[in-house]
Amino acid sequence: MKLVIGIVRPEKANDVLEALYRAEVRGVSMSRVQGHGGELDRVETYRGTTVKMGLSEKVRFEVAVSDSFVQPTVDALCEGARTGEVGDGKIFVVPLEQAVRIRTGESAEAAVTPVVK
Amino acid sequence: MSVLDLPLIAQASQVDTGDTAWMLVSTALVLLMTIGLGLFYAGLVRSKNTLNTFMMCVAAIAIAMVTWALVGYSLAFDGDGALIGGLDYFAMQGVDFIPREGTTIPHLVFFAFQATFCIITTALVSGAVVERMRFGAFLVFATLWSILVYAVLAHWAFGGGWLISGGTLDFAGGVPVEMGSGFSALAAALVVGARKDYGRQALLPHNAVYVLLGAGLLWFGWFGFNGGSGFSTGDASVLAFVNTLLTPACALITWFVLDLIRGRKVTAIGAATAIIVGCVLITPAGGYISPGWAMVLGFVGALPCYAMIVWRPRTRVDETLDVLAAHGVAGFTGILFIGLVAQANWNGIADGLFYGNAAQFGDQVLAALAAPAYAFIATYVLLRVIGAVMPLRATEHDEAIGMDVAYHGEEAYATGEGAILVAPDADGEVLVADPG
Repeated sequence: MKLVIGIVRPEKANDVLEALYRAEVRGVSMSRVQGHGGELDRVETYRGTTVKMGLSEKVRFEVAVSDSFVQPTVDALCEGARTGEVGDGKIFVVPLEQAVRIRTGESAEAAVTPVVK
Repeated sequence: MSVLDLPLIAQASQVDTGDTAWMLVSTALVLLMTIGLGLFYAGLVRSKNTLNTFMMCVAAIAIAMVTWALVGYSLAFDGDGALIGGLDYFAMQGVDFIPREGTTIPHLVFFAFQATFCIITTALVSGAVVERMRFGAFLVFATLWSILVYAVLAHWAFGGGWLISGGTLDFAGGVPVEMGSGFSALAAALVVGARKDYGRQALLPHNAVYVLLGAGLLWFGWFGFNGGSGFSTGDASVLAFVNTLLTPACALITWFVLDLIRGRKVTAIGAATAIIVGCVLITPAGGYISPGWAMVLGFVGALPCYAMIVWRPRTRVDETLDVLAAHGVAGFTGILFIGLVAQANWNGIADGLFYGNAAQFGDQVLAALAAPAYAFIATYVLLRVIGAVMPLRATEHDEAIGMDVAYHGEEAYATGEGAILVAPDADGEVLVADPG
C-alpha cells in the first residue's frame, strides 16, 4: 500500500480528476495548498504597494492505493497535470503503514479497495 | 421619447427645475447600474476572472463616456437623418444650458443622461466574452462599438432616425440598449469563440451573493433608466417608474414557478436573472402600457427568456453570461408587446393591436427585425476587422491562470501569504525588502 501525493496546478485539477477516473482510481482527497517550487515569481501591485508572490496556489491530491495501482495513479497524475511549463508540480509516493475503512472496520488492502456494488 | 409629442410641454422650451432635478438624479442612478452590472457579472464568473470581468464594465464607463462626448452623442442626436445624425455636436459644441426642442431640461443634462445609456450598453456586451477576451482588444472594441453600433441604433430609435420617425415606440431603449447589446453579444461570442474549458468542465458562478447584490443595484438604477426616459416628472415617467416595480416582480414569480417545475428548487441566481429580465422587458414599454399589462408582460415575457437560458448552454455557443437571453430576447419581447397592448389613454400617443391599431404592431415588428440584424452584423464585422489587426483572445496559458493576474497583476481575493514587498531603488532596480 502506498500513499500517492500529487501537487498540481489548480487549473489542471479537473483534468487530473478525469485522468484518475479513466484509470479507475477511486477514493481521492484534494485540498488547496500554497507552495513554492521553481517557478518565477509573479509581481502584483496594489496601489503603491508592489509585491512578489512567492507562493503559488496549488491543489494537493492524496490517493491511497494498493501496490498494483501505484503506477496507474502516478501516470494519471502526470497525464492530467502536465503543461510542460515550470510549475506543473510534483508527485510523491510514500509507504502506507495502515489503512482502516471507518464504516466497516476493514483494514489494509481491503480498506483502499473501492466498494463494488 | 414619448413626451416630446405631448402637447402639454410642447410649447415650453424653458427649463423646469423639478424636471431637471429628477433628471440629474436619474443620470446618477443609471451610472450606478454599470457598477451594479460589474458586480453581477463578477459574481457569475470564476474567482480567477473576478477583477477582469468587473474592469470591463469600469472600462466601458471611461471609454463610452469619452466617445459619446466626442462623436457618439452627435451621431445619435444631431438632426433627423434617416440612418445617422450629423457632427454639429462634435466634442459637445453647442451642448449647453438651452433645452432641446420639446424638453424642459438643460441640453447638458439630456446629454449626460444619454451618455449613461451608451456606457451601460457597451458594458453589457462584455458579458459575452468574459474569461477569455484580451483586455486590450476589448478596449479597442468598446471604443468602436460605442460609436458604430450604439450611436447608430440610438439615432434610429431616439434621435430622429427612421424608426422613431416611422412611428416605432421605444420608451427607454429596447432597440439600442437591449436588442443592441443582446444580439451584439451573440456575434461577439461567435467571433471570439468559446472558453477553452467550455463544454468540458463545469464553469460555475463563484459568488451568488455578488450576483444578487448586483441585480439589486441594477433594479435600483433602473428606476432612473426607465423613470428618467420621459425626460420630466410627467405622466410617462411616473408610469414607467411604477411599471419598473411591477414587471420584474411578476417576472420573478414566473421564474420561481419555472424553477420549481424544472428542478423542484427556486434558485437564487435564477432570481437575480429574473430581476434583470423583468427590468429589460419593461424598458421599451415602460411609459406606453398600463400597469395591468405591465404585470402581464412580466408573467408572460419571462417565458421565452427562461427557455433561451436553459437552451443556450446546450449549444456550442459560449455566450457566457447570457446577454442574448436576458437582454436581446427580453428587449425583443418588450418591443413587440407595445405593439399589442399600448393604450392611448395611458400614453397619450398611440394604441396597439388589441385596441384597434394594427399599424403600431407593424412598426414594432420592423424595429424588432432591424435592430437585431444591424447589431449582429455590425458587431460581427467590427470584431473580424479588429481580429485581423490584433489577437482577440488571451493565450491558453493566461486563460488558465486567470485574467486577473494575467492582465491586471492583481487578485480579487489576495491573502498576502507568501507576498514579498518590493521597493524600487534609485537606479530603478528592485530591492526585495526584508519580509520580517
